[in-house]
Amino acid sequence: MIPLPTTSSWKVWRRNADVFFKTYLVNFLLPVIEPVLYLLALGYGLGMFVGEIDGIPYVHYIAPALLAVSMMNSSFFECTYSSFVRMYYQKTFDAMISTPLSIEDVIAGELLWGATRSLIYTSAMLVVLIAFGVISLPSSLLVIPFSFLAGLLFSGIGMCFTAISPGIDTLNYPAYLFITPMLLFSGTFFPLSVLPPVLQTAALAILPLAQAVIIARSMTLATLSPLFIYSMAWIAIATTMFFFLSIHLMKRRLVV
Amino acid sequence: MAMQPIIEAHDLRKDFGALKAVDGISFSIMPGEVYGFLGPNGAGKTTTMKMIECVSPRTAGDLTVFGLDVDNNPREIKRWLGVVPQDTNLDSDFSCIQNLITYARYFGIMGEEARRKATDLLDFVQLSEKRDVLIEKLSGGMKRRLILARALVNSPRLLILDEPTIGLDPQARHLMWEKLKALQTAGNTIVLTTHYLEEAERLCDRLVIMDQGKILVEGTPADLVRQHAGAEIVEVDHSPDVVSCLEKMGVRFEVFGDIVQVFSDHPKEVATRLLSTCNPGKVFVRRGSLEDVFLSLTGRALRD
Repeated sequence: MIPLPTTSSWKVWRRNADVFFKTYLVNFLLPVIEPVLYLLALGYGLGMFVGEIDGIPYVHYIAPALLAVSMMNSSFFECTYSSFVRMYYQKTFDAMISTPLSIEDVIAGELLWGATRSLIYTSAMLVVLIAFGVISLPSSLLVIPFSFLAGLLFSGIGMCFTAISPGIDTLNYPAYLFITPMLLFSGTFFPLSVLPPVLQTAALAILPLAQAVIIARSMTLATLSPLFIYSMAWIAIATTMFFFLSIHLMKRRLVV
Repeated sequence: MAMQPIIEAHDLRKDFGALKAVDGISFSIMPGEVYGFLGPNGAGKTTTMKMIECVSPRTAGDLTVFGLDVDNNPREIKRWLGVVPQDTNLDSDFSCIQNLITYARYFGIMGEEARRKATDLLDFVQLSEKRDVLIEKLSGGMKRRLILARALVNSPRLLILDEPTIGLDPQARHLMWEKLKALQTAGNTIVLTTHYLEEAERLCDRLVIMDQGKILVEGTPADLVRQHAGAEIVEVDHSPDVVSCLEKMGVRFEVFGDIVQVFSDHPKEVATRLLSTCNPGKVFVRRGSLEDVFLSLTGRALRD
């Protein structure tokens, strides 16, 4: 039988939360600045020339994409570079598994924390976007619970890379070759429909961010996308898969 | 009444690929004992500790801690273990007191109880004035003491120390020994690995010497010295005259570079005869030590 994580995972989650809130100003404010800059530069600057996409003002079009990108970045980078530092340099995981915590508890706690970070950052951004008046209410509030789910997905994907990465430098491969292209080609700043049909299908089939953008956009525009259910199911299945796969890979790496 | 051993290992093995890191060892450790694992680097000491700590699964053999099998009951066993690992893995994101409180939470000890324990333990390891200092600002000795405090946060029934004084200066080492002695006097069961032989001699009730994954000898420090080195050892400057003299006397001796060591039950006689008949350079008679046992059993070649 495969050992499952237990409710003790919250102790690992709590450890990371304590560290986060010790320096919350740095942790909170700086990451919110970046999307605001995007919103100003792309939404209003570039938006002057673009005008509308599918009858939607450009700034309204990219606002949900910025939310989805924040879900991805906050959780993926937490469970890659930050988790790697805790695992490899600080030996935090080694210390934890000398206590009644199991390796499954530790990794599950890390993933839940990654998801929580996604929720924290996305909620902070949501406030900014509401202030700019570029998203619909109250449907946009659904983004808050969704950001936790999407965060859990990107945490799981990140943790898989962490488990197989020989060193911290090799984490640059997924960062540059997976995250950056995905950031640009997931229907974020322009619709997937402008891509050649093959690439459109590929993006919808394999890119997790594309699913997150579809769902976030349905929520902030209060218009249900025909792909909403497909994307939701995609995320639910992939999240479960990567959650357990990342625990399995980490166990293989750490328990020798 | 027969006491049940705290740890019992029978034909315990651990392979890493082709390497037999632990190659069929058996031992049992009784409540209240301080039990040492000595050996050169790569002897399998740390691997043995990790199996006891339930973090590294064994390849074969039996291993029980508190009468429980390590594979089947890791959570129950770890609940009552205190571990001082070889690597200093304190949480560098936290201060001293936060380290202890966070670690206590992993054992389910929380709130006021955790705070009180943390405060008491900082006092025990003499770090009260460093309470709110970040880990990176501590000296090596302070870090090792904080790790000891951390290992005690769950009031363990068994304390496992992997090289507890590695890299410490003599002052810091003596302070650590003092704390371990206090824990020993309080009746704690302690398992430690070390390659400081003086440390083993001072602290251990019983010990094993390991090499290449096997246990070479087991016993009390005094017995091991008597059996394998002799109570006293004669050391004399190496010269061809001395060697031929010792051969005539028919005593056991070994040449180490410039020095000849003579193992004999009558060291003073040997020394007297050397001085009167062999024209030696300097002659010393000194107490045999665990170091002599260690070197005679594991040899003098460098290990890494």
